[in-house]
Amino acid sequence: MARVAAVTGNEAVAEALRQINPDVCAAYPITPQTELMQRFSSFVANGKVDTEIILVESEHSAMSACVGAAAAGGRVATATCGPGLALMWEMLYVASGMRLPIVMAVVNRSLSAPLNIHGDHSDAMGARDSGWIQLWSENAQEAYDNTIQAFRIAEHLDIRLPVMVCMDGFIISHSIARIDYLEDDPVKNFVADYKSVYPLLDLDNPKSFGPLILTDKYHEYKRAQHEVMTRVKDVVLTVASDFEKMSGRKYELFETYRLDDAEIGIVILNSAAGTAKDVVDSFRERGVKAGLLKPRLFRPFPYEEYAQALQRLKAVAVLDRSDSFGGYGPVFMEICSALYPLAQRPAAVNKIYGLGGRDFLPQHAAEVFAELEEIARTGRVKTTKEYIGVKE
Amino acid sequence: MAVQINLKELSKKELMLSPGHRLCAGCTAPIIAKMVLLAAADYPVVANSPTGCLEVSTCISDYTAWKVPWIHTAFENAGATLSGVETMYRAWKRKGKIDKEVKFIAIGGDGGTYDIGLQSLSGAMERGHDLLYVCYDNGAYMNTGIQRSSATPLGADTTTSPAGTAVPGKVQRRKDLTRIMAAHNIPYAAQAAPSHWQDFLKKVKKALEIKGPKFINVISPCNRGWRSRLDDAIQLSRLAVQTCYWPLYEVAEGATKVTYKPREKKPIEEFLKVQGRFKHLFTPENEWIIKKFQQDIDQEWERLLQEESQSS
Repeated sequence: MARVAAVTGNEAVAEALRQINPDVCAAYPITPQTELMQRFSSFVANGKVDTEIILVESEHSAMSACVGAAAAGGRVATATCGPGLALMWEMLYVASGMRLPIVMAVVNRSLSAPLNIHGDHSDAMGARDSGWIQLWSENAQEAYDNTIQAFRIAEHLDIRLPVMVCMDGFIISHSIARIDYLEDDPVKNFVADYKSVYPLLDLDNPKSFGPLILTDKYHEYKRAQHEVMTRVKDVVLTVASDFEKMSGRKYELFETYRLDDAEIGIVILNSAAGTAKDVVDSFRERGVKAGLLKPRLFRPFPYEEYAQALQRLKAVAVLDRSDSFGGYGPVFMEICSALYPLAQRPAAVNKIYGLGGRDFLPQHAAEVFAELEEIARTGRVKTTKEYIGVKE
Repeated sequence: MAVQINLKELSKKELMLSPGHRLCAGCTAPIIAKMVLLAAADYPVVANSPTGCLEVSTCISDYTAWKVPWIHTAFENAGATLSGVETMYRAWKRKGKIDKEVKFIAIGGDGGTYDIGLQSLSGAMERGHDLLYVCYDNGAYMNTGIQRSSATPLGADTTTSPAGTAVPGKVQRRKDLTRIMAAHNIPYAAQAAPSHWQDFLKKVKKALEIKGPKFINVISPCNRGWRSRLDDAIQLSRLAVQTCYWPLYEVAEGATKVTYKPREKKPIEEFLKVQGRFKHLFTPENEWIIKKFQQDIDQEWERLLQEESQSS
């Protein structure tokens, strides 16, 4: 029997980590991730896990210690957000370049300046080129489920790459929601024991980790990283299928909502997708063929599948909760890249919303759908990129 | 505890840093690394280096000079990286996945230790990881081409503190990292020199027998950066000790002991004059720098002796 609880997103991820019981966690406190590691620390303090926790003096050291621990050969997890993820940036590349299956909860937070502790996606989007797999989560349930699946994906022998599991800071991390927990044993069996292929702590077979690589080999090394990324989506689907057998909950590369026969659609990540789904319903009630796509696997980005899902739309709006200043929003850029090879493709617009935790309200989604109706009718896009929900 | 060094026994041990690495001729870093590994030869060792001369020259894909498990991840994080490795070892030991008594040793240069890696090192020391951090201090960023670091001595001519007509080289004195480490109240902090190899090896052996975080700072003459003779590394190390520029001492469980007292403290000029990086100091207008240099050394030596007398 599953356990039903009312918990915050942070608590849900901490519970997943308790059930997985990693060998080592290294973490540094930062709002809004703090509660997650506090809860995990109390599991350590009360003997609920065997994990050795390293309470480091910075996020750079948190990721460095995770890299050291994962290279040593065991299972490793951490959590961070916003500026903490930014401080880890150098070490993110080291973790993926060394093919270390670290799992990290990212409680999405904005970046300074000005200082803001609330939720947006600037942090993880800034890390999208770092060689980490990214899973995004709409709510606490998805964050919990994705965390459990992340270990299987990361540690898969064909993959051996780090995974970040993203959920919205405060909106999800600090809101209490209903969750179906799995029992401990099925989770333990699902993730199973982890065995590193090349542990540094294999004392009888000494290895050197982290060599200098010159111009003669670096390029090939990076191509190998690209190639392993192309294998990730199949593993994500296999793991999701196994997870569905255990939990009854279905996960794919992305979620579509009333998209099959839709003429206009919104692409939107994480918690705001929940709000937008309600607005899809209200447009459907008025006879408008509206739909929604919520990405789950953002890195690697499965371009062909996205193109297939969106190709029948007349107009699509991609909503980004972060900006690439001077460019389009990061999700929009990917969706356009996915759609470009199609002979017939929907008109596309990019809306930047919700930065620094600004509320995303149903009326915002309704305004976007109304604009999409107009674009679908006329075939004309007035403004490609625009901020919405702005106080003028 | 009395630690004995037997040269005959040591000579039978395998060197765990193999020849064929790409460090410069006359470099002291591999001498120091080999001495550390020799002193640790009775244990299984996992080694770690931050980015730097030793790291880039000993493991260039697909070759490695390291015969012990070794890891490098970045420049500023040897303390944190080795903390992670050591913690995984403890996690596995508790679970019965490993039973050997493993020693964890970081060997990093002064740039990665005094400067960019100081926070990471301080964190590792404060958290009490069971590891030994050895700094080979050549007094500048030699790997990137002799830029000044906080370990660079007063007056030294480096590529970023060049001796010019307006500024006579580095205008600040060096940071006293050994004292900073001792101030973490770790069980063992020491300063050593490869010229005084018995003293150095004893310190490494002693450190390895102590549980918890340990730090040893070792002077590492660099002929490229010090503008000295190719074959002078050990002689320069000896002069550094004999002039008390580099006092040999240890702080064990809070007690300071000066492990070598020169019968006659040589004037600092003897250390400075054989190095091109101090050549410009031997002019009338820069005489004051040599005076200041000597004053700093005298003060520090007195302070150390006083600290020792208060410890006993």
